[in-house]
Amino acid sequence: MSHSTQTQAKTKAREVAGKEFLAFTLGQEEYGIDILRVQEIRGYEPVTRIANAPDFIKGVVNLRGIIVPVVDMRIKFSLGTPTYDQFTVVIILNIGGRVMGMVVDSVSDVTTLSPDQIKPAPEMGATFDSDYLIGLGTLNERMLILVDIDKLMSSDEMGLIERIAA
Amino acid sequence: MTIDMSQFYQVFFDEADELLAEMEKLLLVLDVSAPDSEDLNAIFRAAHSIKGGAATFAFNDITEVTHMLESLLDRIRKGEMALTSEHVEAFLVSKDVLTMQMDGHHHGSSVDQDAVDSVCRRLKALSQGILPETADAGPAPAPAPEPARTDAAPVADADGNFCFRIELPEVPQRDVDALATELGLLGTISQESLADQRVVFTLTTSEGQDSIVAICSFVLDPDDLKITHGASQAAAQTGAEPEQADAKPSAEDPGYGIFEPENTGAAGAPAVTAGAAKAEPATEAKNLGRRASDKEGASQESSSIRVGIEKVDQLINLVGELVITQAMIEQRIGVLDPIHHERLLNSVGQLTRNTRDLQEAVMSIRMMPMDYVFSRFPRMVRDLAAKLGKKVDFITRGAATELDKGLIERIVDPLTHLVRNSVDHGIEMPEKRRAGNKSETGRLTLSAAHQGGNIVIEVSDDGGGLSRERILDKAKQQGLPVSDTMPDAEVWQLIFAPGFSTAEVVTDVSGRGVGMDVVKRNITAMGGTVDIRSVPGAGTTIAISLPLTLAILDGMSVKVGEEIYILPLGYVIESLQPAGADVKDIAGQGQVVKIREEYLPLIPLYQIFAIEPNFTDPTQGIVVILEADGKKAALLVDSLVGQQQVVVKNLESNFRKVAGISGATILGDGGVSLILDVSALLRSSRQLNADPVFF
Repeated sequence: MSHSTQTQAKTKAREVAGKEFLAFTLGQEEYGIDILRVQEIRGYEPVTRIANAPDFIKGVVNLRGIIVPVVDMRIKFSLGTPTYDQFTVVIILNIGGRVMGMVVDSVSDVTTLSPDQIKPAPEMGATFDSDYLIGLGTLNERMLILVDIDKLMSSDEMGLIERIAA
Repeated sequence: MTIDMSQFYQVFFDEADELLAEMEKLLLVLDVSAPDSEDLNAIFRAAHSIKGGAATFAFNDITEVTHMLESLLDRIRKGEMALTSEHVEAFLVSKDVLTMQMDGHHHGSSVDQDAVDSVCRRLKALSQGILPETADAGPAPAPAPEPARTDAAPVADADGNFCFRIELPEVPQRDVDALATELGLLGTISQESLADQRVVFTLTTSEGQDSIVAICSFVLDPDDLKITHGASQAAAQTGAEPEQADAKPSAEDPGYGIFEPENTGAAGAPAVTAGAAKAEPATEAKNLGRRASDKEGASQESSSIRVGIEKVDQLINLVGELVITQAMIEQRIGVLDPIHHERLLNSVGQLTRNTRDLQEAVMSIRMMPMDYVFSRFPRMVRDLAAKLGKKVDFITRGAATELDKGLIERIVDPLTHLVRNSVDHGIEMPEKRRAGNKSETGRLTLSAAHQGGNIVIEVSDDGGGLSRERILDKAKQQGLPVSDTMPDAEVWQLIFAPGFSTAEVVTDVSGRGVGMDVVKRNITAMGGTVDIRSVPGAGTTIAISLPLTLAILDGMSVKVGEEIYILPLGYVIESLQPAGADVKDIAGQGQVVKIREEYLPLIPLYQIFAIEPNFTDPTQGIVVILEADGKKAALLVDSLVGQQQVVVKNLESNFRKVAGISGATILGDGGVSLILDVSALLRSSRQLNADPVFF
């Protein structure tokens, strides 16, 4: 790991000191996102498919009168099996005023992590680009992969937000 | 070519009223010894705005007063002159005069010219640095509160109660009793009879005259009523009697003259009555004028109110939800047996109509016809053309197209700029046009139309068109990244770059290179886009497309596979199931359908949106004939579901733009349905089979 990424990760870790994270699972892995970005948690409802959109964009739903896109993280990151039943959970995020839904396998709890519990993420070249990671949170025996949800959801990769043409 | 300016009067009066009120408020809080420069600026701005508006509508008297006010304020604002209480006083008086003048124009109430002159003199004197003596007012009422005012004011007793003497005309005893009871509720009442059998009440109450009049008017004509004011019965008795004779003749002003209250102190002295005031116009005319306008103002008041936009928006959102709920109910009862539930079904039918009316009414609060904008241009174009020595025919289309008020106000400036540009740069000089085999008179068209979830406003001229070479040369000079092989559309967009102008001569009309970038920026800020189409020698069309986030549209729901889409009804011509013989294959070009002797390209929706359809054969499904931008096509869907009004929701507020989709809406069951962008579908129908253009 290069020095610069280490410092970067440290800065990130400092920024999120003592923050609360919502823990959820995708397949066998446990992830955490900043609770302040979470608007609500809902069950999965049938979506309206959007033509020619990538697989992981399931479609749009009506959330009390506003149209909200729903992405399935399990498809996006090829984790677990994308099944939809009464236990399927959608985390509704509010990122910079834009509302979007994220399908995950399950939601476990909200945990507070102090800065020393957050370790910089190793560069794994894994499913998550480390750019989108804040670090790894350790909590007793558990390990949370802390995701920088703002960055991830507004990335080009997700294609949720249109780039403003220069 | 005349414009009826009167349609804008109301706006001016509303605004001016607000500005005057604001001015007064600021003046009253102004600290004379240490005026806040922000406040002074605000007062100055208010005066300036009124002046501008008044000048536009040729209310020269208002312009004159505001101009003097403005110049004086300007000197104070710049610190050339110290603010004194005389100034503030004079400003307040001028505010009153302006209000009077405004009412004069608005309601036709009389304007006291002396007061106007006096204010003008006073302002002029002040700006020359002369402090006027208050007495200088001479016959004019302008300065200071007039003593007559204080005299006329009712005087309250220690408990805050007023004593009124109410002289009734001849009425039956029954009515007298009824009135006595009713008036008794206001305070303490005593009753006595006059020599001619008429009854006089003496009422001590904390209520005002208005309440008394209101009660009496149930029984008798308030004009026949005589109410006088007195703190004590004795005063009323002795003092009031002689005055009543004076009060009576004031029939020209029936509503007021008879209610002129008198004061105990004036018991012996002649009280101020309307009649007296008439004789002394200099002191009272202003008051009268103001009161008269108050009276007229009251009846005018209800014709327009100003409400915060957020209240209207909330209303619109709520009604939107109501419409969805209503649609939901309608869907639920669709399965009921119409015979057993006849009454329920009827009620729901009623609900449907009411909801629709309500929705239309609410939506129309924010909507204004484009005419509001368009009607400003004919004059401008004519003047401009005359100045430039060009001949221009100005045509507007779709002036009735409605657009949200917020957008309409913001579209004025960009449109003005585009129209100017078209006249100045677009349309050529008559000689040049003749040389180019065109009629000498250029044609400038301004049009507005709804297209899907958008309103498209086009400024179109039949002038010389944009010069690709000139734009590219200029862009290179300015160091913009360009290449000679850029597509036209990209070249045209270059004219929106800041500081870009290809005009050879900078005129006072346009050509300074500021403007087009501002136009683009303004429109982008409204969530719109600007497209340019230009053909050398044939003209240029600049199309502004603005989203109608608030729009409600009549839609036809169609089904393909499991998906339901909404087609804006405006684009739909008809729908039918073609016979096998009418569907023809064209090698490599897909299929065409022959409908009424026309061959229309077939657009299979399932193919565009990659849906698993129930039918791929047009003779089994339904084709919907659509028309947009003068092009027709047949859209193949599985089936028609129904027709309904839908609230257009913006897909882009939380997601990105999706090609072929103009918006989304919520169906009766709470699900989301996407609204098809018909013009985009038709535009791309040609390349459709060649490559999947979506995403």
